[in-house]
This record gives sequence, structure tokens and C-alpha cells, in this order.
Amino acid sequence: MIENFFGILKEMNVLIVDYGMGNIGSVRRVIEERGATPIITQYPEDIKKANKIILPGVGAFPDGMFSLNKTGWVDVLRKAILEDGKSIFGICLGMQLLATVSYEGHKTSGLDLIGGVVEPLKANAPDVRIPHVGWNEIEFHRNDPLIEGVAQGTDCYFVHSYHFIPKEDEYIVATTPYCGQFVSIVRKESVYGAQFHPEKSSKAGLRIIENYLKI
Amino acid sequence: MLKVRIIPTLLWKTLNLVKGQAFDSWRQVGSVMPSIKVYNARDVDELVLLDVSATDEKREPDYLTISELCDECFVPLTYGGGVTNIEVIRKLLLSGADKVAINTFAYSEPEFIREASARYGSQCIVASIDVKRNDAGNHECFSHCGKKSTGLDPISWSKRLEELGVGEILLTSIERDGSMLGYDTELTKDISTAVSIPVIASGGAGNYEHMLDVIQNGGASAVAAASIFHFTEQTPAEARDYLAENGIPVRKT
Repeated sequence: MIENFFGILKEMNVLIVDYGMGNIGSVRRVIEERGATPIITQYPEDIKKANKIILPGVGAFPDGMFSLNKTGWVDVLRKAILEDGKSIFGICLGMQLLATVSYEGHKTSGLDLIGGVVEPLKANAPDVRIPHVGWNEIEFHRNDPLIEGVAQGTDCYFVHSYHFIPKEDEYIVATTPYCGQFVSIVRKESVYGAQFHPEKSSKAGLRIIENYLKI
Repeated sequence: MLKVRIIPTLLWKTLNLVKGQAFDSWRQVGSVMPSIKVYNARDVDELVLLDVSATDEKREPDYLTISELCDECFVPLTYGGGVTNIEVIRKLLLSGADKVAINTFAYSEPEFIREASARYGSQCIVASIDVKRNDAGNHECFSHCGKKSTGLDPISWSKRLEELGVGEILLTSIERDGSMLGYDTELTKDISTAVSIPVIASGGAGNYEHMLDVIQNGGASAVAAASIFHFTEQTPAEARDYLAENGIPVRKT
């Protein structure tokens, strides 16, 4: 696979879900730069065009789920992952939307692809500021193909006020030391999530996206 | 540990990169695109791009150019200038901006800030505040690229912006802008003490010691700078090294 890696990626379609909530431009450029073909779409029927799905997102959880529900994505994404064996990578808000439920603003059900809840970050010292904005370490709890070639403790770019608390510890791939610590990479089978923005996290972030495309 | 960010600021006026003093006497310092490419290649922590004529000219941001600039930018980018409604924010994010800075319009339509933060999340909305001393000698907020007095003191305005839901404050001292005499550390400390969101200090950086001072004594979470990088040999990478030697957490690259 490595030998003709770029060849394989060239024929690879990656579906980027456009539900009106994000800096989709940055994700698209990284996919292109890695040699694969991004399909940015608002239409759930396009799901048949790709086996890899990226769920980006900047914004508030209730608005995100409202958009996904309104446009018919929720059932389509759940079926694609749970029945058809496709994989999904949620970024930032996209990772949080994978959860069972969020308490951002009010209680809202998520995609429930990885059991867990989304709660606000809580400052644990007077000088801890929220939102958590900037570069901070990701500390790995276990090996995973998603983080292959990325050094323990690499700084990645975060910008968020809420965090994902998985139901099971086994879903935790990495955590980040802020407000105590929070989960920065999750994985359950073919469902992946990163709380930071890999598309804005320099070489390590590009490697993580490349790893996802290779999995 | 969260790192202190060093953020080059790019001021953009009719496709040219400019730099002034006290928001005036603009000098052309090149074109925007090559600068973005260089900062991207040097792997800076973040970039701020401000269109300083959009509000004056009462026009929307130049999405096409922003999109072309973002195509070359793989570091986080905040765009400001001419942000007057939710649809503008949506188009900016689609063009590739990661965060959006709002200044003038926040004063006339504070509820717009609340709406924008609710829709796109606090982390996406940066409030830009331009401050100078008024005739009575007190700090006051100015809108319209420093031209219009608002009568608001920056401490209470910052608190109000935090309450409205912004995620960061980009705090610029108009008097220090382009002076290279150092940040207004006292002002920065007043604001960083008044709010619990991150404050980006801007205006006045002339050397790395100035950055250290506003971080240690002003409580800044990030330092923005322009002249120091346009007009001197100093670089963001050296600034990072200097801060690290002085015990400030910075990004390892």
C-alpha cells in the first residue's frame, strides 16, 4: 500500500459533510493536498460516492444537530457507519456530534456513534481561560493507526469551550492537559474524532489526516 | 500546557499589505499573498488578517481573495474587516477563515455578537477593541479604525463583550500601534483581569522583551505584532525561542 500510496489516494473520494457549520475550506484543502478527492456536499444521497466521511464543524452543538436533522443526514450517517461499515472522522464540533448527548445550551441528542456526553470545560485555577484557544499537547493513551508517526506530546491547535467525555475509557486515544485533562482523540471501531483541528495543526495534523485516509 | 501564541498581523488595504502608525500614515509593505506564504512556511502559531478599509468603504469582505489567501494558509487564520451580519461570517468560514474578528459593528449592534456567538460558537468570534487615551487622559474605545469615539471605557466594554459571548479579545493600543515602543501593558492587565476569556495584546511590539513584558505583567494569552516583523530582522521563531528561555510556554516545532 505504501508503494503506490499516492496512487491509491488519487482515486479515493472523501465525503465532507456540509451542514452549514464550518470552515470546510481548510479541510478540503488538506484532503486535496494529500492527493485524494474531496466531495463537499449538502446532500445525504451522495453518501454512496465515498467510504470515508469527514464531519467538520465550528459552532454550537444544538445548531449543528438541528442542521444535520433538518437536512436528513442523521439517519444516513448512522446507517453508513453502523450497517454499511463506512468510517467517519469528526473534527472539533464534528467530534462532539458523535456523542450520545450534549449539554451545550440545553440537552441535545447527538449522533450517538460513540457513547458519551459533551460538557463545558470548567476552569480549575484562576488563570485558566475558556475558551481553550491555541496550541496544546496531545498525550497518547494507546497506539492507534490514526496517530502513527506522530510524537507523544505534540502540540496541536485547539479552539473550543466544550469537551467530549466518552462512556468507556477504551474509546480514549489521547488526552490534553487543560482544565485538568480532557479527551482530545476518540475512536470506536470505524468512528474517529479529534477535538483539535488537524487541518490547522501543522505537520502532525496533516499526518493524522493522511493516516485517516490510509486506514 | 496551553502555549502562548505569537501572531503576525497582516493589515490589508486594496490588495496591498500596509503598516501605519497610530492607525494612520499607512506605508505599503508588500503584497498579502507572499507574506502569507512565508508565514505559512515558517509555521507560525496563528495569523490575523485585517482588511482596514472594508468598514470605511461600507463593503463586504473580498471573499474571493480571502479564499485564495486561505488556500495558501495551513495555520489558523482570523479575519477582520467589514463583518456586519451572520451571512458575512458564514461566507468567511466557507472561504477558509477559522475565526472572525468584529469591531465597529459590535458597538452599534451588540445583539449581533450574541447571535453570532450562539450560531458559530464563542470560540469562532473574536472581539477587536481599539483603545486610546481621550482628552481627559482615560482609556476609551474607538470604532471605525480608530476614527470614532464611542464613549465606552475598555474595561466595561470587554466585560459586556464577554457576556455577549465572544471567545477572545484582540486588544490594540492605537497610540502604541506602529511605535515599536512596547505594548500598553497596563491596559492589557486591566482587560485580562476583568475577563476570563483569552486576551491578545496588540500594538507596540518592537522587540522580544516587549512581548515577555505583556505576557508576564499584562496577562496576555497571545501577542500580535506587525512592524517588528515587517521592519526589523526579528522573527516569530526567534521570539518563540526568547520567550522559551524566559520560562514562557511556547509551541515546540
